Amino acid sequence: MAMTGVLRPGHAQVRVLDLEESVRFYRDVLGLVETGRDAQGRVYFKCWDERDHHSYVIRESDRAGIDFFGFRVLNTAELDRLEADLNAYGLATERIPAGEMLETGERVRFTLPSGHAIELYAEKTKVGNGIPLINPAPWSLQREHGIGPVRLDHALLYGPNVAEVQKIFTEVLGFYLVERVLTPDGNANAAIWLSCGQKVHDIAFAEYPEPGKLHHCSFLMESWDQVLRAGDIMSMNTVPVDIGPTRHGVTRGCTIYAWDPSGNRFETFFGGHLPYPDYETLTWTFDNFGQGLDYPQRKLHETFLTVVS
Amino acid sequence: MDKNEQPAEETRMPHTVTIEDTGERYTCAGEESLLSAMARLGRRGIPVGCRGGGCGVCKVEILSGEFGTRAMSRDHVDDSDRAAGRLLACRVYPASDMSLKVVGKLQKSVCRPDRPVSSVTPPVTR
Ligand code: FES
Ligand SMILES: [Fe+2]
Repeated sequence: MAMTGVLRPGHAQVRVLDLEESVRFYRDVLGLVETGRDAQGRVYFKCWDERDHHSYVIRESDRAGIDFFGFRVLNTAELDRLEADLNAYGLATERIPAGEMLETGERVRFTLPSGHAIELYAEKTKVGNGIPLINPAPWSLQREHGIGPVRLDHALLYGPNVAEVQKIFTEVLGFYLVERVLTPDGNANAAIWLSCGQKVHDIAFAEYPEPGKLHHCSFLMESWDQVLRAGDIMSMNTVPVDIGPTRHGVTRGCTIYAWDPSGNRFETFFGGHLPYPDYETLTWTFDNFGQGLDYPQRKLHETFLTVVS
Repeated sequence: MDKNEQPAEETRMPHTVTIEDTGERYTCAGEESLLSAMARLGRRGIPVGCRGGGCGVCKVEILSGEFGTRAMSRDHVDDSDRAAGRLLACRVYPASDMSLKVVGKLQKSVCRPDRPVSSVTPPVTR
């Protein structure tokens, strides 16, 4: 599959209630690599194996939640094309100048009918993963600090108008629908999992009355063992854990959900099946949502539906 | 209590917290949040959410008592809430005996103890 257009999740900007407490959490417990701070006071992080300057940015605020989620696109020609396509579809876009975010080119920002701000960008400085490009070692010592995820994998966002959001991602941005959970009456989707490549999802949405809510940002681990080790590190640091370690039925991914010090949920995730764009969508009925969320326990944990930031 | 500040030694003695809605009492040491001590009551359905002041499921109204707080999200606690003592229990640390009322999502589970586990609310759909 030749990848063009939108390539991958590139960054999330998340609001925290206490910056330094959150820096300690993300750097020393989750084990992200701190890569910079800007004049606005934002702190930039990347996962050890990511090559671009940052993937996760935190900003101190008096409310928790997500400011925006951004996707890396192939090049500036694709960025221009996607912006024109969004405008032709009827969505207003805004250009954020290069450099507004450290080491990042111009960004195209638009707001989804679910209330979430989404960004596209084509340029971000490649700082590397600490491993040479010639004869690379399989990992660097940065992997050994804290939980140490490999990359920012995806986000699950909660808000209204999921059917509209699905159309924008599939008809304009080139994503395809990998899995979905039906509403109780079976006439609409309660939740959708969308991919822009061959990952089981790059972004997901669930129908929720309040707009713009964050359910979780997810960080990829290299193995189920690493997910269990993440659980150990969470408990050693009394991180509040929500669900897991367990395996999702939806995506088949292995997971722990837990919360950062401001009540923003995050996930340590491993696995999942490998879809192609021609595959049929996998469908879960609402009465099987429990298995979709937690396959071994077959349990629709109440917090999954009601706790967001 | 300021953010990051550790509770003083004398706040570690257990205080008694009264839930006025039900008359139940529980003990809560000063370094423990009102929510985590309440969850030890073992009552099914006490909505222990993010425990970080971000999700708003643990809202209570403080009726009496001394306490410290840590940062909580303005999405759930605005100035009028603060003035009325409507705060997030996961971010409130008692410094004396206290009494409180449960509000919002917490009220439903604290005041309906026999609520079956299967009664989770499906997400609202159009
Ligand atoms: S449990 Fe989330 S705000 Fe208290
Ligand atoms: Fe996830």
